[in-house]
Amino acid sequence: MTKIKSLFISLVLTLGVSTAIAGSHGSTHDLVKERGKLMCGSNTGLAGFGAPNDAGVWEGIDVDVCRAVAAAVFGDASKVEYVPTTSKVRFTVLQSGEIDMLSRNTTWTLSRDVDLGLEFVGVNYYDGQGFMVNKSLGVSSAMELDGASVCIQVGTTTEMNLADFFKANDMSYESVPVETNSEADAAYTAGRCDVYTTDASGLYASRAGYPDPSAHVVLPEIVSKEPLGPAVRHGDSEWADIVRWSLNAMIIGEELGITSANVDEMKSSKNPEVLRLLGVDAGYGAMLGLSDDWAYNILSQVGNYSESFEKHIGPNTPINIQRGLNALYKDGGILYAPPFR
Amino acid sequence: MSSTTIQIISRSKYYNWLVKNLFSSWVNTILTVIALIFVYQVGSFFLNWAIFDADFRYNFQGELIIDRGFCSKNIMPGEYGACWAIIFARWNQFMYGLYPIEEAWRVNLIYALLPLAIIGILFDKIPFRRYFIYFTFIFPFLAYFMLYGGPGLSVVGTNKWGGLLVTLFLGVTGIGLAFPLSILLALGRRSKMPIIKSLCVVFIEFIRGVPLITLLFTANVMLPLFLPDGVNPDNLLRALVAVTLFQSAYMAEAIRGGLQAIPRGQVEAAQSLGLSYWQTTRKIVLPQALKIAIPPIVNTCIGLFKDTSLVLIIGLFDLLGIGRAALADMTWTKLYYEVYVFISLVFFIFCFGMSRYSLYLEKKLKTDNS
Repeated sequence: MTKIKSLFISLVLTLGVSTAIAGSHGSTHDLVKERGKLMCGSNTGLAGFGAPNDAGVWEGIDVDVCRAVAAAVFGDASKVEYVPTTSKVRFTVLQSGEIDMLSRNTTWTLSRDVDLGLEFVGVNYYDGQGFMVNKSLGVSSAMELDGASVCIQVGTTTEMNLADFFKANDMSYESVPVETNSEADAAYTAGRCDVYTTDASGLYASRAGYPDPSAHVVLPEIVSKEPLGPAVRHGDSEWADIVRWSLNAMIIGEELGITSANVDEMKSSKNPEVLRLLGVDAGYGAMLGLSDDWAYNILSQVGNYSESFEKHIGPNTPINIQRGLNALYKDGGILYAPPFR
Repeated sequence: MSSTTIQIISRSKYYNWLVKNLFSSWVNTILTVIALIFVYQVGSFFLNWAIFDADFRYNFQGELIIDRGFCSKNIMPGEYGACWAIIFARWNQFMYGLYPIEEAWRVNLIYALLPLAIIGILFDKIPFRRYFIYFTFIFPFLAYFMLYGGPGLSVVGTNKWGGLLVTLFLGVTGIGLAFPLSILLALGRRSKMPIIKSLCVVFIEFIRGVPLITLLFTANVMLPLFLPDGVNPDNLLRALVAVTLFQSAYMAEAIRGGLQAIPRGQVEAAQSLGLSYWQTTRKIVLPQALKIAIPPIVNTCIGLFKDTSLVLIIGLFDLLGIGRAALADMTWTKLYYEVYVFISLVFFIFCFGMSRYSLYLEKKLKTDNS
């Protein structure tokens, strides 16, 4: 009997230890370098943020963060493998070490940052949840939505915000659960629900594709803060630093007016911060364990934040999103990166 | 003279059939007319939408359609039907996923060889059948080498596979691997040896008691958490394991139904002739049991083939997943009907094919008098 007991205990211990080992990964940076490519968790397809184009090449502003990290680590922005993740599996895929970083419109919240063992390294898009309804409903405010049916993507913060908003305002709603954003959009278009709610960026993107965009109205209430950003695993601060500063380099690049077009001329700039960023003044790459031209590679191959924004979701794209909150702090937005020194 | 007679007879036969089946009474006549009107309305609407008013590669102005803005129906709303250009533009992705296009000939080769690999086991009256069967056993290794790569061929990771390739890979491999496994499980469940029997019962009941999505999640998400660092079994492989286990449990129950229909006397007669357990099973029981079990087996196969689209949930781009990714691209967004109708058509072709094959097999193997 005692034998069986000790056997059982040792079995439990072995399992526990092996899980603990599986939990503590080696240095992600070394792992990535050894592998020769970055594994990046992407969307299964969200217009402007991350989706494969007709040629099968991934594009979007979330995808650009992955490309920036690859440019910093390898000097080659194309050395990325994209792992499409759904909203339900994205965190486990990151925790299990299948991907090195997650960049797929994921909201930075306390519980995800702390409880799920993730580390959000910054914000690449400030979003907020809104509501879209058909104009024929005659609704002009979200406060008039009592009793409406709402298409909602399950397992997202959107679902919780919706419940909170309706509860706080003493209203009821009927939820129509769907799996993906495109399904929610299709359900709303087909009239299966009165209200389509998701982050405002998504609403504008969907509306842009309707045959008659003016028949739909995005209500003025924005009911949540949705800072979307890339995340890595807890416990590997060196790797988190690399991802964080790759994103920051894009933002600082915009601040200093460095674009993919003028990056070579800027190397002879007089501004010391530009010289530090582009690696003319050596030493900053080594702090991150990277080569000195890491930020130069990002800006020349991926471009600065503004270039990425304008190319994928800006006013000249069908998605047509204004910079708004996502403008630099000096242009009236809240996009702000710590100084490069 | 005689030909006219035959014509009259055949015409009257036709006429008789019509009267007997469609116009035998007033009620039937009314129902027939209503049904015909309904079929005409729906059919003409669909055909107009899908073919006559539709854009294929060029819109009504003769321009090549390169994004949804060029679709006739988006230029003149309400006047035109489907815009199939999305299927043409994304054809490679529907067929191969994100497989590098310069390597796509490898997938094409495997698509072309697949019928040769299964023809030997599907039909028994073809010439050189023995060689086809040999090929069937070589084919999985050949397919693995061609698709994944190896010496002489560049490696294409399974995360690049997608579209029909993933759907067929999961469907065909899942069914192929599950079949032998399910026979063993079914025999095990009928075994008199208590350990084997209870193992099989527990396995079958556990798998059948859990939805496929749960199995996929377990295989995809839980497995890597328990494995040591660096050991990450391939994503597609994990899905394949889940699909195979799922299919084997269901098929085992279908086969058990067939086994139970074999009268006890047959086994006893075989034993009294001195046949061993395996001889009895192989020569007496299984041929009859499998024949009875054909309809339910094909049923589970069709079910599985369609269920493979659930892998979308774990981030694999099967046919449905790649279709949705196409819809998420701003170039083509909102062409839902075109994408889903196309995907349905592809699934229908395969499932209908399986169903007709099962009908053919049932007829061929029918030996009783009923």
